Amino acid sequence: MSSRKRTWEAVSFEAVMIVTAMVALVIIIAPSLVVLIVSFTSGYSLKFPPPGYSARWYVELWNAWQLHFAARNSFIVAMWSTGLSIVLGVAAALAIARSPTLSTRVLDSLFMSPLVLPALAFGLSALMLFSLVGLPVSALTLVIGHTVVCVPYVVRNTVAALAQLEPALLESSAILGASRSYTFRRIVLPLIRPGIIAGAFIAFMSSFDNVPVSLFLRDAATDMLPIRMWQDLEGKLDVTIAALSGVLIIATVALMAIMERATGLSKRLTS
Amino acid sequence: MMAAASAPRDVTSYGIGLAAPLALFFLAFFVAPLVQLFILSLHNDAAGAIWGIGQYVHFLTDPFSLSVLGSTLLLGAEVTALCLVLGFPIAWLYHRVGSRTQTLIILIVLLPLLTSVVVRTFAWIVILGRQGIINSTLLSIGAIDTPIRLLYTQFGVVVALAQVQMPLMTLPLITVLGRIDMNLEDASCSLGAGSWRTFWKVVLPLSLPGVIAGCTLTYAAAITAFITQSLVGGGQMLFMPMYLYQQASTLQNWPFAGAISIIFLFAVLAVVTVFGMLGRLSRGYGEA
Repeated sequence: MSSRKRTWEAVSFEAVMIVTAMVALVIIIAPSLVVLIVSFTSGYSLKFPPPGYSARWYVELWNAWQLHFAARNSFIVAMWSTGLSIVLGVAAALAIARSPTLSTRVLDSLFMSPLVLPALAFGLSALMLFSLVGLPVSALTLVIGHTVVCVPYVVRNTVAALAQLEPALLESSAILGASRSYTFRRIVLPLIRPGIIAGAFIAFMSSFDNVPVSLFLRDAATDMLPIRMWQDLEGKLDVTIAALSGVLIIATVALMAIMERATGLSKRLTS
Repeated sequence: MMAAASAPRDVTSYGIGLAAPLALFFLAFFVAPLVQLFILSLHNDAAGAIWGIGQYVHFLTDPFSLSVLGSTLLLGAEVTALCLVLGFPIAWLYHRVGSRTQTLIILIVLLPLLTSVVVRTFAWIVILGRQGIINSTLLSIGAIDTPIRLLYTQFGVVVALAQVQMPLMTLPLITVLGRIDMNLEDASCSLGAGSWRTFWKVVLPLSLPGVIAGCTLTYAAAITAFITQSLVGGGQMLFMPMYLYQQASTLQNWPFAGAISIIFLFAVLAVVTVFGMLGRLSRGYGEA
């Protein structure tokens, strides 16, 4: 008796969970697919489904020099911010990863706080400080601001990689006579490298995509890609932006696939 | 274990000095700006010459400002609730499929996190707009006669934000569900509890640390999501980030923008702290 009741209950429970999960996964992936499909429209508007298909808006995109210029700026700032984040973040992660003292916990919260605090408020405050000390907004202020909001990803992923590092390996290396720097270069670094790369990847993507900090810290000459797209979208629904979105989605998926191969990104973010 | 760990500590850990460069960088470019912002907010006039708490009094006695704060906090709660309801089943499913499907699920969940936020938001405009997919589908099956308004509504903003913030909820849930001993579920079932009861009484309480971590990140991200709020919400719906941006950029009222920022920061911190306290309680509950 009871086993039959339980079976029905188990089936209803699993059905609800699986159906909800499927709906959720569709909601997650649908917007990207919709943009990809719409970007190949032959018409002038963003109707779905499109009246016909062509690559004309991608050709249009090829000639949109303003977007190229903005993309180049975003790329350069993201490269510098990521580089700075790796140097500062990995060193900090080494210091705080394995020591459970109060000061390391305080530092950890400090380094993680840009993840939860409103980036727009930070952007405004940084602009105020830079204007107070007489540092004009430029690519340099952009890189500094982006590094603050991107370095948490490098710290977090490096700390996670260090936490999984077997202390016995370091002890054996030391017992066998290796110096600390040799052990670091030959044992620690190779083992935590995937974690650093995964963190740097996320830092790069979030810098490339940053609007709230860039809004305040860029100068008139530094047009950033996401800001340009946002401003274009506020005015009208431009199909060229759909094509650009298509390029960005394809690039993101390709980079994710490469990162999955190189670092096991999916396992890294769930353990 | 402690005795073994104390002797070789030197080789397995690194000096705290390695954190100094980043700590100094944060002091100069993160802490100092926020302090400076706070100081500026303590000025009554736009030029920043007269000291006082006038900006805070202005905000806290102004029904309009308070309604912006209230609707922002409510928005965060709605997005977090939707993310939890949709994200939990994904995390649950993740631990019941093969490893290839697991990777696929993670990559799907990660996609919005890594795709440009403008692109994601843009997609929702295409979906929710007057000529969008939902309206054209409903029109073609005859469910409605004229397009319904989805864009520039609270509903639209909540759904779009939930999709954008979903990874922040799902990833901690996947992690925490992976740490729950499967035998506990089997034990519960063999002792006669049904699947639903096992879920409510065993799985959900044990996963509370992940639920709380996910809720904290989702809530903070949802209320600070400037781009999605402004594009899907449109001009009619004003939330704290846009309010801050308008005061700072368009009206150049920096002290008031500073006060808005500080109030907003404290609102976020309060929510994070409350969730953090719940988290500590839930860990005690999970161990009991």
